[in-house]
Amino acid sequence: MGEILKRLHEDIHFIEGLNSCMNCGVCTAICPAAEFYNYDPRVVVETVQRGDEGEIERLLESDTIWYCGECMSCKTRCPRCNTPGLVIMGLRRVSQELGYFTRSEKGRQQYALKHVIGESVLKRGYCVTPDLVRPEMHPEQGPVWEWVYEHMDAVYERTHGNLRKPGAGALRAVDEESMGELRRIFDVTGGTEFLEHIEACSREEARREGMDLEEGYFLRTYMENSDNHQ
Amino acid sequence: MKLEGKEQIWKDYQKEIADDRYYYARSCIRQTFFPGSEWAYLDILRNRLGKDVMDDPRHTTCTGIGYHSDVVPAQTIMTVVARHFALMTEAGYENITPSCITSFGIYTEILETWAHHPEVEEQVREYLWKATGREFKKPRNLAHTSDIIYKFRGEIAARARHRLVDAHTGRPLRGVDHIGCHYAKMFPSKGIGGAEFPAVLSGMITAWGGEAVDYPERRHCCGFGFRQYLVMANRGYSVANSKKKFESMRPYEPDFIVANCPGCAMFLDKWQYTISEMEGTTYGANGYGIPVLTYEELAGLVLGYDPWELGLQMHQVAVEPLLDKMGVAYDPEAKYLTRDGKEMGRPKCPTYLKV
Repeated sequence: MGEILKRLHEDIHFIEGLNSCMNCGVCTAICPAAEFYNYDPRVVVETVQRGDEGEIERLLESDTIWYCGECMSCKTRCPRCNTPGLVIMGLRRVSQELGYFTRSEKGRQQYALKHVIGESVLKRGYCVTPDLVRPEMHPEQGPVWEWVYEHMDAVYERTHGNLRKPGAGALRAVDEESMGELRRIFDVTGGTEFLEHIEACSREEARREGMDLEEGYFLRTYMENSDNHQ
Repeated sequence: MKLEGKEQIWKDYQKEIADDRYYYARSCIRQTFFPGSEWAYLDILRNRLGKDVMDDPRHTTCTGIGYHSDVVPAQTIMTVVARHFALMTEAGYENITPSCITSFGIYTEILETWAHHPEVEEQVREYLWKATGREFKKPRNLAHTSDIIYKFRGEIAARARHRLVDAHTGRPLRGVDHIGCHYAKMFPSKGIGGAEFPAVLSGMITAWGGEAVDYPERRHCCGFGFRQYLVMANRGYSVANSKKKFESMRPYEPDFIVANCPGCAMFLDKWQYTISEMEGTTYGANGYGIPVLTYEELAGLVLGYDPWELGLQMHQVAVEPLLDKMGVAYDPEAKYLTRDGKEMGRPKCPTYLKV
Protein backbone atom coordinates (compact mmCIF):
# COMPACT_ATOMS: atom_id res chain seq x y z
CA MET A 1 0.00 0.00 0.00
CA GLY A 2 1.36 3.41 -1.01
CA GLU A 3 1.75 6.43 1.24
CA ILE A 4 -1.51 8.07 0.14
CA LEU A 5 -3.66 4.99 0.67
CA LYS A 6 -1.96 4.30 3.99
CA ARG A 7 -2.81 7.78 5.22
CA LEU A 8 -6.38 7.53 3.94
CA HIS A 9 -6.94 4.22 5.70
CA GLU A 10 -5.81 5.83 8.97
CA ASP A 11 -8.11 8.84 8.54
CA ILE A 12 -11.23 8.76 10.73
CA HIS A 13 -13.36 10.51 8.09
CA PHE A 14 -12.29 8.09 5.42
CA ILE A 15 -12.93 5.11 7.70
CA GLU A 16 -16.40 6.39 8.60
CA GLY A 17 -17.19 7.61 5.08
CA LEU A 18 -16.47 4.62 2.86
CA ASN A 19 -18.09 1.24 3.31
CA SER A 20 -18.85 -0.22 -0.07
CA CYS A 21 -20.00 1.94 -2.96
CA MET A 22 -22.22 0.33 -5.63
CA ASN A 23 -21.98 3.34 -7.93
CA CYS A 24 -25.69 4.13 -7.99
CA GLY A 25 -25.07 7.90 -8.24
CA VAL A 26 -27.69 9.02 -5.72
CA CYS A 27 -25.01 11.18 -4.07
CA THR A 28 -24.45 13.01 -7.34
CA ALA A 29 -28.18 13.49 -7.87
CA ILE A 30 -28.61 15.19 -4.47
CA CYS A 31 -25.29 17.08 -4.42
CA PRO A 32 -25.49 20.93 -4.53
CA ALA A 33 -21.86 21.05 -5.72
CA ALA A 34 -22.56 18.68 -8.62
CA GLU A 35 -25.30 21.02 -9.74
CA PHE A 36 -22.98 24.01 -9.80
CA TYR A 37 -19.52 22.65 -10.63
CA ASN A 38 -18.21 20.05 -13.04
CA TYR A 39 -18.20 17.66 -10.11
CA ASP A 40 -19.39 14.10 -9.58
CA PRO A 41 -18.99 12.60 -6.09
CA ARG A 42 -19.86 9.16 -7.45
CA VAL A 43 -16.73 9.24 -9.60
CA VAL A 44 -14.61 10.45 -6.68
CA VAL A 45 -15.76 7.57 -4.49
CA GLU A 46 -15.35 5.08 -7.34
CA THR A 47 -11.79 6.29 -7.92
CA VAL A 48 -10.90 6.00 -4.27
CA GLN A 49 -12.54 2.61 -3.95
CA ARG A 50 -10.49 1.25 -6.86
CA GLY A 51 -7.40 2.05 -4.79
CA ASP A 52 -5.08 3.04 -7.62
CA GLU A 53 -2.46 5.23 -5.93
CA GLY A 54 -1.66 7.13 -9.13
CA GLU A 55 -5.31 7.99 -9.82
CA ILE A 56 -5.80 9.13 -6.23
CA GLU A 57 -2.66 11.26 -6.46
CA ARG A 58 -4.16 13.01 -9.48
CA LEU A 59 -7.30 13.68 -7.44
CA LEU A 60 -5.24 15.20 -4.62
CA GLU A 61 -3.61 17.70 -6.96
CA SER A 62 -6.84 18.57 -8.80
CA ASP A 63 -9.56 21.17 -8.26
CA THR A 64 -12.09 18.32 -8.01
CA ILE A 65 -11.78 17.54 -4.31
CA TRP A 66 -12.30 21.22 -3.39
CA TYR A 67 -15.75 21.59 -5.00
CA CYS A 68 -17.71 19.87 -2.21
CA GLY A 69 -19.51 22.15 0.29
CA GLU A 70 -19.55 19.54 3.09
CA CYS A 71 -23.31 19.93 3.47
CA MET A 72 -23.41 16.12 3.84
CA SER A 73 -26.66 15.81 1.90
CA CYS A 74 -25.06 12.67 0.43
CA LYS A 75 -24.99 10.98 3.83
CA THR A 76 -28.77 11.02 4.16
CA ARG A 77 -29.38 9.42 0.79
CA CYS A 78 -26.68 6.79 0.26
CA PRO A 79 -28.33 3.35 0.33
CA ARG A 80 -25.02 1.81 1.48
CA CYS A 81 -24.37 4.29 4.31
CA ASN A 82 -21.34 5.83 2.63
CA THR A 83 -20.63 9.54 2.99
CA PRO A 84 -18.79 10.94 -0.02
CA GLY A 85 -18.46 14.25 1.90
CA LEU A 86 -16.41 12.47 4.57
CA VAL A 87 -14.28 10.78 1.91
CA ILE A 88 -13.64 14.28 0.54
CA MET A 89 -12.57 15.46 4.01
CA GLY A 90 -10.05 12.61 4.13
CA LEU A 91 -8.73 13.44 0.66
CA ARG A 92 -8.41 17.12 1.53
CA ARG A 93 -6.47 16.30 4.68
CA VAL A 94 -4.00 14.09 2.84
CA SER A 95 -3.72 16.59 -0.02
CA GLN A 96 -2.63 19.21 2.51
CA GLU A 97 -0.36 16.89 4.53
CA LEU A 98 1.52 15.87 1.39
CA GLY A 99 1.54 19.36 -0.14
CA TYR A 100 -0.53 18.55 -3.25
CA PHE A 101 -3.07 21.28 -2.55
CA THR A 102 -0.92 24.10 -3.94
CA ARG A 103 -1.07 22.52 -7.41
CA SER A 104 -4.70 23.54 -8.08
CA GLU A 105 -6.52 26.88 -8.06
CA LYS A 106 -9.16 25.70 -5.59
CA GLY A 107 -6.63 23.87 -3.46
CA ARG A 108 -4.46 26.98 -3.08
CA GLN A 109 -7.46 28.66 -1.43
CA GLN A 110 -6.58 26.74 1.73
CA TYR A 111 -4.08 29.50 2.42
CA ALA A 112 -6.86 32.11 2.43
CA LEU A 113 -8.92 29.92 4.76
CA LYS A 114 -5.97 29.34 7.07
CA HIS A 115 -5.22 33.07 7.06
CA VAL A 116 -8.80 34.20 7.75
CA ILE A 117 -10.42 31.45 9.84
CA GLY A 118 -7.46 29.56 11.33
CA GLU A 119 -5.78 32.72 12.57
CA SER A 120 -9.05 34.16 13.91
CA VAL A 121 -9.59 31.07 16.06
CA LEU A 122 -6.14 31.37 17.63
CA LYS A 123 -6.27 35.15 17.97
CA ARG A 124 -9.83 35.77 19.15
CA GLY A 125 -11.26 32.36 20.15
CA TYR A 126 -13.94 32.62 17.44
CA CYS A 127 -14.03 31.47 13.82
CA VAL A 128 -15.78 34.67 12.76
CA THR A 129 -16.19 38.10 14.36
CA PRO A 130 -17.82 41.24 12.93
CA ASP A 131 -14.51 42.99 12.15
CA LEU A 132 -13.57 40.07 9.85
CA VAL A 133 -16.58 40.71 7.63
CA ARG A 134 -15.12 43.83 6.00
CA PRO A 135 -17.63 45.36 3.58
CA GLU A 136 -15.05 45.77 0.80
CA MET A 137 -14.40 42.01 0.91
CA HIS A 138 -18.11 41.26 1.37
CA PRO A 139 -20.08 43.45 -1.03
CA GLU A 140 -22.83 40.81 -1.03
CA GLN A 141 -23.61 41.66 2.59
CA GLY A 142 -25.25 44.88 1.48
CA PRO A 143 -25.79 48.35 2.93
CA VAL A 144 -27.30 47.28 6.26
CA TRP A 145 -24.14 45.33 7.10
CA GLU A 146 -22.08 48.35 6.02
CA TRP A 147 -24.08 50.40 8.52
CA VAL A 148 -23.56 47.76 11.24
CA TYR A 149 -19.84 47.71 10.48
CA GLU A 150 -19.53 51.50 10.64
CA HIS A 151 -21.40 51.71 13.96
CA MET A 152 -20.23 48.40 15.38
CA ASP A 153 -19.94 49.30 19.07
CA ALA A 154 -23.28 51.10 19.22
CA VAL A 155 -25.20 48.48 17.20
CA TYR A 156 -23.99 45.57 19.34
CA GLU A 157 -24.71 47.52 22.49
CA ARG A 158 -28.24 48.23 21.19
CA THR A 159 -28.81 44.54 20.41
CA HIS A 160 -27.56 43.23 23.78
CA GLY A 161 -24.09 42.16 22.63
CA ASN A 162 -20.98 42.43 24.79
CA LEU A 163 -18.53 43.18 21.99
CA ARG A 164 -14.87 42.65 22.99
CA LYS A 165 -15.65 43.18 26.68
CA PRO A 166 -15.01 40.85 29.62
CA GLY A 167 -17.72 38.63 31.08
CA ALA A 168 -20.52 36.68 29.44
CA GLY A 169 -22.57 37.59 26.41
CA ALA A 170 -22.46 37.68 22.63
CA LEU A 171 -19.02 38.51 21.16
CA ARG A 172 -17.41 38.91 24.61
CA ALA A 173 -13.60 38.94 24.76
CA VAL A 174 -12.45 35.39 25.50
CA ASP A 175 -10.27 35.56 28.64
CA GLU A 176 -6.53 34.89 28.39
CA GLU A 177 -6.69 31.65 30.38
CA SER A 178 -9.28 30.18 28.01
CA MET A 179 -7.28 31.40 24.99
CA GLY A 180 -4.20 29.72 26.47
CA GLU A 181 -6.08 26.43 26.79
CA LEU A 182 -7.39 26.71 23.23
CA ARG A 183 -3.89 27.34 21.86
CA ARG A 184 -2.41 24.47 23.88
CA ILE A 185 -5.10 22.16 22.49
CA PHE A 186 -3.99 23.17 18.99
CA ASP A 187 -0.35 22.52 19.95
CA VAL A 188 -0.97 19.13 21.57
CA THR A 189 -3.31 17.74 18.90
CA GLY A 190 -1.32 18.77 15.83
CA GLY A 191 -3.65 21.65 14.89
CA THR A 192 -0.89 24.26 15.09
CA GLU A 193 1.48 22.10 13.06
CA PHE A 194 -1.24 21.55 10.43
CA LEU A 195 -1.82 25.32 10.05
CA GLU A 196 1.93 25.98 9.90
CA HIS A 197 2.29 23.32 7.23
CA ILE A 198 -0.41 24.96 5.08
CA GLU A 199 1.48 28.23 5.47
CA ALA A 200 4.89 26.70 4.66
CA CYS A 201 3.60 25.02 1.48
CA SER A 202 1.84 28.23 0.45
CA ARG A 203 4.97 30.31 1.15
CA GLU A 204 6.93 28.00 -1.10
CA GLU A 205 4.32 28.32 -3.85
CA ALA A 206 4.24 32.12 -3.46
CA ARG A 207 8.06 32.21 -3.67
CA ARG A 208 7.99 30.06 -6.78
CA GLU A 209 5.57 32.50 -8.38
CA GLY A 210 7.47 35.56 -7.16
CA MET A 211 4.62 36.83 -4.96
CA ASP A 212 4.42 38.23 -1.46
CA LEU A 213 2.55 35.64 0.68
CA GLU A 214 0.39 37.89 2.82
CA GLU A 215 -0.59 40.41 0.15
CA GLY A 216 -0.44 39.28 -3.46
CA TYR A 217 -0.71 35.55 -2.85
CA PHE A 218 -3.49 35.93 -0.29
CA LEU A 219 -5.55 38.16 -2.58
CA ARG A 220 -4.97 35.81 -5.48
CA THR A 221 -6.13 32.74 -3.55
CA TYR A 222 -9.08 34.68 -2.12
CA MET A 223 -10.28 36.28 -5.35
CA GLU A 224 -8.93 34.38 -8.36
CA ASN A 225 -11.57 32.58 -10.39
CA SER A 226 -10.50 31.14 -13.72
CA ASP A 227 -14.16 30.44 -14.53
CA ASN A 228 -13.03 27.01 -15.61
CA HIS A 229 -14.98 24.97 -13.12
CA GLN A 230 -18.53 24.60 -14.44
CA MET B 1 -56.35 5.47 8.03
CA LYS B 2 -54.96 3.91 11.21
CA LEU B 3 -53.79 6.84 13.28
CA GLU B 4 -52.13 4.54 15.79
CA GLY B 5 -49.83 3.25 13.05
CA LYS B 6 -48.90 6.75 11.91
CA GLU B 7 -48.32 7.83 15.47
CA GLN B 8 -46.03 4.84 15.95
CA ILE B 9 -44.01 5.77 12.87
CA TRP B 10 -43.82 9.40 13.98
CA LYS B 11 -42.21 8.27 17.24
CA ASP B 12 -39.14 7.32 15.21
CA TYR B 13 -38.77 10.99 14.30
CA GLN B 14 -38.83 12.29 17.86
CA LYS B 15 -35.88 12.85 20.16
CA GLU B 16 -35.33 13.21 23.85
CA ILE B 17 -35.01 16.84 24.94
CA ALA B 18 -34.11 17.72 28.52
CA ASP B 19 -36.61 20.02 30.21
CA ASP B 20 -34.31 22.15 32.38
CA ARG B 21 -30.71 22.95 33.42
CA TYR B 22 -28.98 23.68 30.15
CA TYR B 23 -25.34 24.55 29.41
CA TYR B 24 -25.53 27.08 26.57
CA ALA B 25 -22.95 27.06 23.77
CA ARG B 26 -22.96 30.28 21.76
CA SER B 27 -22.43 30.48 18.00
CA CYS B 28 -19.75 32.52 16.18
CA ILE B 29 -22.16 33.30 13.35
CA ARG B 30 -25.29 33.86 15.43
CA GLN B 31 -23.61 36.26 17.83
CA THR B 32 -22.09 38.17 14.89
CA PHE B 33 -25.23 38.55 12.80
CA PHE B 34 -28.01 37.94 15.33
CA PRO B 35 -26.79 38.97 18.79
CA GLY B 36 -30.36 39.89 19.75
CA SER B 37 -31.45 36.31 19.06
CA GLU B 38 -29.01 34.90 21.59
CA TRP B 39 -30.19 37.47 24.13
CA ALA B 40 -33.85 36.70 23.40
CA TYR B 41 -33.27 32.96 23.75
CA LEU B 42 -31.77 33.38 27.21
CA ASP B 43 -34.41 35.89 28.24
CA ILE B 44 -37.27 33.65 27.10
CA LEU B 45 -35.81 30.56 28.78
CA ARG B 46 -34.87 32.23 32.05
CA ASN B 47 -37.43 34.96 32.54
CA ARG B 48 -40.51 33.70 30.70
CA LEU B 49 -40.21 29.95 31.20
CA GLY B 50 -38.22 29.90 34.46
CA LYS B 51 -35.44 27.63 33.21
CA ASP B 52 -31.85 27.38 34.43
CA VAL B 53 -29.38 28.15 31.62
CA MET B 54 -25.64 28.61 32.12
CA ASP B 55 -23.98 31.14 29.79
CA ASP B 56 -20.29 30.44 30.37
CA PRO B 57 -17.77 33.16 29.36
CA ARG B 58 -14.99 30.55 29.23
CA HIS B 59 -16.66 28.82 26.30
CA THR B 60 -14.89 29.41 22.95
CA THR B 61 -15.62 28.60 19.33
CA CYS B 62 -15.94 24.89 18.61
CA THR B 63 -13.73 25.67 15.55
CA GLY B 64 -16.44 24.13 13.33
CA ILE B 65 -16.12 26.57 10.45
CA GLY B 66 -12.37 25.88 10.37
CA TYR B 67 -13.02 22.13 10.57
CA HIS B 68 -15.44 22.16 7.63
CA SER B 69 -13.05 24.43 5.74
CA ASP B 70 -10.48 21.67 6.30
CA VAL B 71 -7.91 23.76 8.17
CA VAL B 72 -8.68 22.26 11.62
CA PRO B 73 -7.95 18.53 12.05
CA ALA B 74 -10.47 16.11 13.60
CA GLN B 75 -8.45 15.43 16.75
CA THR B 76 -8.16 19.19 17.37
CA ILE B 77 -11.88 19.95 17.13
CA MET B 78 -12.69 16.87 19.20
CA THR B 79 -10.43 18.13 21.98
CA VAL B 80 -11.88 21.66 21.81
CA VAL B 81 -15.36 20.16 22.15
CA ALA B 82 -14.11 17.91 24.96
CA ARG B 83 -13.05 21.10 26.78
CA HIS B 84 -16.62 22.39 26.43
CA PHE B 85 -17.86 19.13 27.92
CA ALA B 86 -15.35 19.59 30.76
CA LEU B 87 -16.58 23.14 31.47
CA MET B 88 -20.15 21.83 31.48
CA THR B 89 -19.21 18.98 33.82
CA GLU B 90 -17.32 21.26 36.22
CA ALA B 91 -20.30 23.64 36.36
CA GLY B 92 -22.58 20.75 37.36
CA TYR B 93 -24.63 20.55 34.16
CA GLU B 94 -25.42 17.50 32.01
CA ASN B 95 -27.45 18.96 29.15
CA ILE B 96 -25.60 20.84 26.42
CA THR B 97 -27.46 23.09 23.99
CA PRO B 98 -25.46 24.58 21.11
CA SER B 99 -26.94 27.60 19.34
CA CYS B 100 -25.14 26.85 16.07
CA ILE B 101 -26.23 24.12 13.67
CA THR B 102 -22.64 23.50 12.58
CA SER B 103 -21.72 23.01 16.25
CA PHE B 104 -24.76 20.79 16.83
CA GLY B 105 -23.74 18.59 13.90
CA ILE B 106 -20.16 18.45 15.16
CA TYR B 107 -21.11 17.59 18.74
CA THR B 108 -23.38 14.85 17.39
CA GLU B 109 -20.71 13.56 15.01
CA ILE B 110 -18.10 13.48 17.77
CA LEU B 111 -20.31 11.54 20.18
CA GLU B 112 -21.17 9.08 17.40
CA THR B 113 -17.51 8.70 16.44
CA TRP B 114 -16.55 8.00 20.04
CA ALA B 115 -19.34 5.41 20.26
CA HIS B 116 -17.90 3.62 17.20
CA HIS B 117 -14.25 4.17 18.16
CA PRO B 118 -13.72 4.27 21.95
CA GLU B 119 -9.96 4.46 21.31
CA VAL B 120 -10.47 7.88 19.72
CA GLU B 121 -12.33 9.10 22.81
CA GLU B 122 -9.50 7.82 25.01
CA GLN B 123 -6.92 9.65 22.92
CA VAL B 124 -8.96 12.88 23.13
CA ARG B 125 -9.17 12.52 26.93
CA GLU B 126 -5.39 12.30 27.01
CA TYR B 127 -5.00 15.33 24.74
CA LEU B 128 -7.38 17.36 26.89
CA TRP B 129 -5.62 16.41 30.10
CA LYS B 130 -2.23 17.26 28.64
CA ALA B 131 -3.40 20.61 27.25
CA THR B 132 -5.65 21.81 30.09
CA GLY B 133 -5.59 19.37 33.02
CA ARG B 134 -9.36 18.97 32.61
CA GLU B 135 -11.56 15.88 32.57
CA PHE B 136 -15.13 15.52 31.37
CA LYS B 137 -18.32 13.52 31.34
CA LYS B 138 -20.19 13.22 28.09
CA PRO B 139 -23.48 15.13 28.08
CA ARG B 140 -26.56 13.20 29.15
CA ASN B 141 -28.59 15.17 26.64
CA LEU B 142 -27.58 17.08 23.50
CA ALA B 143 -30.21 19.31 21.95
CA HIS B 144 -30.03 22.24 19.58
CA THR B 145 -31.50 25.44 21.02
CA SER B 146 -34.31 25.22 18.45
CA ASP B 147 -35.23 21.83 19.95
CA ILE B 148 -35.70 23.61 23.28
CA ILE B 149 -37.96 26.28 21.78
CA TYR B 150 -39.86 23.52 19.94
CA LYS B 151 -40.31 21.64 23.22
CA PHE B 152 -41.83 24.73 24.84
CA ARG B 153 -43.76 25.95 21.78
CA GLY B 154 -47.06 25.31 23.57
CA GLU B 155 -45.99 27.31 26.63
CA ILE B 156 -44.90 30.14 24.30
CA ALA B 157 -48.24 29.97 22.47
CA ALA B 158 -50.03 30.24 25.82
CA ARG B 159 -48.13 33.49 26.53
CA ALA B 160 -48.48 34.89 22.97
CA ARG B 161 -49.09 38.59 22.48
CA HIS B 162 -49.25 38.15 18.70
CA ARG B 163 -50.08 35.11 16.60
CA LEU B 164 -48.75 34.20 13.18
CA VAL B 165 -52.01 35.37 11.70
CA ASP B 166 -52.79 38.37 9.54
CA ALA B 167 -54.24 40.69 12.16
CA HIS B 168 -56.42 42.39 9.52
CA THR B 169 -57.90 39.39 7.72
CA GLY B 170 -57.45 36.45 10.11
CA ARG B 171 -55.48 34.52 7.47
CA PRO B 172 -52.77 32.24 8.91
CA LEU B 173 -49.39 33.57 7.79
CA ARG B 174 -47.44 31.31 5.47
CA GLY B 175 -44.01 30.37 6.81
CA VAL B 176 -41.19 28.64 4.97
CA ASP B 177 -38.82 26.73 7.23
CA HIS B 178 -35.16 25.93 6.63
CA ILE B 179 -33.71 23.54 9.18
CA GLY B 180 -30.11 23.57 7.89
CA CYS B 181 -28.19 20.60 6.48
CA HIS B 182 -26.21 19.73 9.59
CA TYR B 183 -29.29 19.62 11.83
CA ALA B 184 -30.59 16.31 10.52
CA LYS B 185 -28.98 15.23 7.23
CA MET B 186 -25.97 13.64 8.91
CA PHE B 187 -27.80 12.00 11.81
CA PRO B 188 -31.53 12.08 11.01
CA SER B 189 -32.54 10.45 14.29
CA LYS B 190 -31.05 13.42 16.18
CA GLY B 191 -33.38 15.97 14.58
CA ILE B 192 -37.12 16.34 15.17
CA GLY B 193 -38.76 14.90 12.07
CA GLY B 194 -35.41 13.72 10.73
CA ALA B 195 -34.16 14.96 7.37
CA GLU B 196 -37.33 13.84 5.61
CA PHE B 197 -40.12 15.42 7.66
CA PRO B 198 -38.56 18.55 9.17
CA ALA B 199 -40.78 19.51 12.08
CA VAL B 200 -38.68 21.52 14.50
CA LEU B 201 -39.53 24.86 12.90
CA SER B 202 -42.80 23.99 11.17
CA GLY B 203 -44.00 22.77 14.58
CA MET B 204 -43.38 26.27 15.96
CA ILE B 205 -45.12 27.90 12.99
CA THR B 206 -48.30 25.87 13.40
CA ALA B 207 -48.28 26.10 17.21
CA TRP B 208 -48.23 29.88 16.91
CA GLY B 209 -51.09 30.05 14.43
CA GLY B 210 -49.28 30.06 11.09
CA GLU B 211 -49.30 27.74 8.09
CA ALA B 212 -46.11 25.81 7.29
CA VAL B 213 -45.37 25.80 3.54
CA ASP B 214 -43.98 22.64 1.99
CA TYR B 215 -42.26 23.45 -1.30
CA PRO B 216 -40.08 21.43 -3.68
CA GLU B 217 -36.64 22.67 -2.59
CA ARG B 218 -37.47 22.83 1.12
CA ARG B 219 -34.61 20.49 2.01
CA HIS B 220 -32.02 21.95 -0.37
CA CYS B 221 -28.86 23.49 1.10
CA CYS B 222 -28.78 27.29 1.49
CA GLY B 223 -25.39 27.18 -0.25
CA PHE B 224 -23.03 28.15 2.59
CA GLY B 225 -20.67 25.31 1.71
CA PHE B 226 -18.02 26.74 4.10
CA ARG B 227 -15.12 27.39 1.68
CA GLN B 228 -17.73 28.04 -1.02
CA TYR B 229 -18.75 31.24 0.74
CA LEU B 230 -15.73 32.12 2.85
CA VAL B 231 -13.50 32.49 -0.22
CA MET B 232 -14.74 35.33 -2.38
CA ALA B 233 -13.92 33.52 -5.64
CA ASN B 234 -16.38 30.72 -4.77
CA ARG B 235 -19.45 32.72 -3.79
CA GLY B 236 -21.27 31.93 -7.04
CA TYR B 237 -21.88 28.46 -5.59
CA SER B 238 -23.41 29.96 -2.51
CA VAL B 239 -25.78 32.45 -4.13
CA ALA B 240 -26.82 29.93 -6.81
CA ASN B 241 -28.09 27.50 -4.19
CA SER B 242 -30.09 30.14 -2.34
CA LYS B 243 -31.54 31.34 -5.64
CA LYS B 244 -32.73 27.83 -6.36
CA LYS B 245 -34.63 27.88 -3.08
CA PHE B 246 -36.12 31.36 -3.60
CA GLU B 247 -37.35 30.44 -7.08
CA SER B 248 -38.92 27.28 -5.72
CA MET B 249 -40.68 28.96 -2.77
CA ARG B 250 -41.85 32.10 -4.60
CA PRO B 251 -45.06 30.61 -6.11
CA TYR B 252 -46.27 29.83 -2.56
CA GLU B 253 -46.06 33.53 -1.62
CA PRO B 254 -44.55 33.01 1.82
CA ASP B 255 -44.99 35.77 4.39
CA PHE B 256 -41.71 34.88 6.06
CA ILE B 257 -38.82 32.42 6.17
CA VAL B 258 -37.65 30.99 9.51
CA ALA B 259 -34.22 29.39 9.71
CA ASN B 260 -32.59 27.08 12.22
CA CYS B 261 -28.96 27.69 11.37
CA PRO B 262 -27.60 31.20 11.90
CA GLY B 263 -25.58 30.97 8.69
CA CYS B 264 -28.63 29.96 6.68
CA ALA B 265 -30.64 32.83 8.20
CA MET B 266 -27.92 35.30 7.24
CA PHE B 267 -27.53 33.96 3.69
CA LEU B 268 -31.24 33.76 2.95
CA ASP B 269 -31.46 37.40 4.08
CA LYS B 270 -28.37 38.80 2.36
CA TRP B 271 -28.57 36.86 -0.89
CA GLN B 272 -31.99 38.37 -1.59
CA TYR B 273 -30.21 41.74 -1.71
CA THR B 274 -27.39 40.36 -3.87
CA ILE B 275 -29.76 38.74 -6.37
CA SER B 276 -31.77 41.95 -6.57
CA GLU B 277 -28.60 43.89 -7.40
CA MET B 278 -27.42 41.24 -9.89
CA GLU B 279 -30.70 40.65 -11.68
CA GLY B 280 -33.29 43.12 -10.43
CA THR B 281 -35.31 40.22 -9.01
CA THR B 282 -37.14 40.48 -5.69
CA TYR B 283 -39.09 37.66 -4.07
CA GLY B 284 -41.63 39.33 -1.77
CA ALA B 285 -44.70 41.41 -2.63
CA ASN B 286 -44.40 44.91 -4.13
CA GLY B 287 -40.63 44.92 -4.56
CA TYR B 288 -39.84 43.84 -1.00
CA GLY B 289 -37.97 40.67 -0.08
CA ILE B 290 -39.28 37.77 1.98
CA PRO B 291 -38.46 38.58 5.63
CA VAL B 292 -36.07 36.03 7.13
CA LEU B 293 -36.17 35.37 10.86
CA THR B 294 -34.32 33.20 13.31
CA TYR B 295 -36.61 31.04 15.45
CA GLU B 296 -35.65 33.13 18.50
CA GLU B 297 -36.79 36.26 16.68
CA LEU B 298 -40.03 34.56 15.67
CA ALA B 299 -40.65 33.43 19.25
CA GLY B 300 -39.73 36.92 20.47
CA LEU B 301 -42.26 38.61 18.18
CA VAL B 302 -44.95 36.14 19.24
CA LEU B 303 -44.18 36.94 22.88
CA GLY B 304 -44.35 40.69 22.24
CA TYR B 305 -40.67 41.69 22.32
CA ASP B 306 -39.78 44.98 20.63
CA PRO B 307 -38.41 44.28 17.12
CA TRP B 308 -35.40 46.57 17.63
CA GLU B 309 -34.55 44.91 20.96
CA LEU B 310 -34.47 41.64 19.01
CA GLY B 311 -32.04 43.17 16.50
CA LEU B 312 -34.30 43.06 13.45
CA GLN B 313 -32.72 46.33 12.25
CA MET B 314 -29.63 44.23 11.39
CA HIS B 315 -31.53 42.39 8.66
CA GLN B 316 -31.08 43.47 5.05
CA VAL B 317 -34.60 42.42 4.01
CA ALA B 318 -37.11 44.74 5.66
CA VAL B 319 -39.17 42.99 8.33
CA GLU B 320 -41.85 45.71 8.52
CA PRO B 321 -44.26 43.98 6.08
CA LEU B 322 -44.37 40.98 8.45
CA LEU B 323 -44.68 43.18 11.56
CA ASP B 324 -47.60 45.01 9.94
CA LYS B 325 -49.36 41.74 9.10
CA MET B 326 -48.88 40.43 12.64
CA GLY B 327 -50.09 43.70 14.11
CA VAL B 328 -46.83 44.26 16.00
CA ALA B 329 -46.52 47.86 17.21
CA TYR B 330 -43.11 49.41 16.55
CA ASP B 331 -41.53 52.82 16.32
CA PRO B 332 -40.05 53.29 12.83
CA GLU B 333 -38.01 56.25 14.06
CA ALA B 334 -36.28 54.12 16.71
CA LYS B 335 -34.98 51.54 14.24
CA TYR B 336 -31.55 53.05 13.77
CA LEU B 337 -31.04 54.70 17.14
CA THR B 338 -28.44 53.82 19.76
CA ARG B 339 -29.47 52.38 23.11
CA ASP B 340 -29.63 55.88 24.58
CA GLY B 341 -31.62 57.26 21.64
CA LYS B 342 -28.89 58.95 19.58
CA GLU B 343 -28.91 58.99 15.77
CA MET B 344 -26.36 56.82 14.02
CA GLY B 345 -27.33 57.43 10.41
CA ARG B 346 -29.24 55.05 8.19
CA PRO B 347 -28.14 52.33 5.79
CA LYS B 348 -28.10 53.26 2.12
CA CYS B 349 -31.04 52.07 0.03
CA PRO B 350 -30.48 49.15 -2.35
CA THR B 351 -31.04 49.75 -6.06
CA TYR B 352 -34.06 47.46 -6.43
CA LEU B 353 -34.93 45.81 -3.12
CA LYS B 354 -37.47 47.94 -1.26
CA VAL B 355 -36.66 48.53 2.39
